[in-house]
Amino acid sequence: MDWKTNKLPFGIFLLPASTWLVIFFTVPLAVIWVYSFAERGPQGQIYLAISFENYGRALEWIHLGIIWKSVWMAAVATLAALLIGFPLALGIAFAPPAFKSPLLLIVILPFWTNLLIRTYAWIAVLRSRGFVNGGLAWIHDRFDDLFTALGLPDLLGRFTPLELLYNKTAVIIGLTYIGLPFLVLPLYATLEKLDRRYLEASLDLGAGQWRTLISVTVPLALPGVVSGVLLVFIISLGNFLVADLLGGTDSYMIGNLIAQEFGASRDWPFGAALSFLVMYTTFAILWVRAAVAARSKGTGV
Amino acid sequence: MSTLSSASSALAARPRPRRGDLPTPLEYARTTWMKLVFLASFVFLYFPIITLVAFSFNDSRRNITWKGFTLDYYEKAFNNDHLHEAFVNSMIVAGCSTLVSTVLGAMLGIALYRFRFPFKGAIDGWIHLPIVIPEICMGVAMLAFFHLVNIPLGLFTITASHIAFTIPFVAVVVRARMGGFDESLEEVSEDLGANRWQTFWNVTFPYLRPGVIAGALLAFTLSIDDFVITFFTSGPGSTTFPIKIYSMVRFSVTPEVNAASTILIVLTLGLTIAAMAVQSRTGRRERVR
Repeated sequence: MDWKTNKLPFGIFLLPASTWLVIFFTVPLAVIWVYSFAERGPQGQIYLAISFENYGRALEWIHLGIIWKSVWMAAVATLAALLIGFPLALGIAFAPPAFKSPLLLIVILPFWTNLLIRTYAWIAVLRSRGFVNGGLAWIHDRFDDLFTALGLPDLLGRFTPLELLYNKTAVIIGLTYIGLPFLVLPLYATLEKLDRRYLEASLDLGAGQWRTLISVTVPLALPGVVSGVLLVFIISLGNFLVADLLGGTDSYMIGNLIAQEFGASRDWPFGAALSFLVMYTTFAILWVRAAVAARSKGTGV
Repeated sequence: MSTLSSASSALAARPRPRRGDLPTPLEYARTTWMKLVFLASFVFLYFPIITLVAFSFNDSRRNITWKGFTLDYYEKAFNNDHLHEAFVNSMIVAGCSTLVSTVLGAMLGIALYRFRFPFKGAIDGWIHLPIVIPEICMGVAMLAFFHLVNIPLGLFTITASHIAFTIPFVAVVVRARMGGFDESLEEVSEDLGANRWQTFWNVTFPYLRPGVIAGALLAFTLSIDDFVITFFTSGPGSTTFPIKIYSMVRFSVTPEVNAASTILIVLTLGLTIAAMAVQSRTGRRERVR
């Protein structure tokens, strides 16, 4: 239907939601966009101005360090999710048809529990009296018993719990955990559609399973890999809850910095500039993702 | 889902692999290493959540060893006035925001499917923005906006923000439902003398209803689950359930937090399963028809 011939119903259906989104979404974003060029007064007031100082401050050494660390941790978490997610997606895509949906459901199910709770759950696993250290202590004690029985007491010494929580490793584990379903879904979608005759041909012509995986399956699945990797990367980059709960002083991320500038530090213009840097990065990545999707569609793979 | 089921019917004709057979080269799922991959992944995915739920029933404040079954921590959580109040707040916010965002989102979904209009691509992209931008960016933007226009942070600001970020989700679900609609039914209705209003309520809307219900359940789930945006838009006295859990987590890790978390998990999981059931049941009924 063309809107011109049906102006009244068109307006009735489109306008209420658009108005709401303009007032409670677009205007707020415009507000912090304007703030990102503003100057901060001594008590945290905001003086409107056109200055790029806030963006410049993001490039100062101390902030650049945090930005670099966020990018690095998000990248490692994405890579870890890919290393776990690719075999998993491959397994599900090549599973007997009756098993595919249940297996996918099992992967997605944790995604439906609250983000905060999923992150909190890792505290009990990783802390010094948590499950991992508890398990390791148990193994340690059994070996200790064994060596004592063999007449070698005190060979292993006391068990010292591993420092698993409140550091970068914990944050990376948390981000990987959250990102995994977002990677498995696009990978599965690509691997499921993949023309299996290529794989059969490769195997028939004498390539082994590894060779086939690396030279045929992975290149064919590349659009899905790119799409999933970029998605998990932006989700990890913008996250602040994981670093907040599982991280320590060495694992501050850009999200925490934004939250701090809007909270205790009360430097909204700088926080706004950081927030827009994250947003521009997100847009750039989404654009690349769309371009990759369009190209892979164009070549018919 | 439909592609999956059609693939399964096509493959049903093939001889079924028997237990004793060696896996063929592409049956990765039947190889031992793939079974190990599945096992390891599922342990990774479920161990934290299952232990969290299990230890909410543990009769010990020191979380790690199992001391026996108890419901004490649920009783404590139920009798915790702050938690109670936070739960009520969450329900109020989720209820109000779902009501508004379902109506507005459904109308938006219909409009986007139905009408051709200038700049449709741009408007389409704009409407999906709340889904794609990082939550923290939207959270701080809402905080700055409400501060600028002098609206004190409270249940209203939380609800308004939740409506804004759930509208696109409802619109996506309703629009997808609209995709299967046979528009000639509307023409028939109008030929038979119904006006457009009657046609909408008696022909179009009944068809859309499962999509609208699924969208509403999704909006409700997203709203009670939201932490980040609520964190920035809530003020003193307007604590929601996830925000309360967060402050408990920051304070100390106790089985009471596990109990409160388990309640939230059960609630959201139940709602999501309900939404899926609505969609799959109507899907099946229509295929039979």
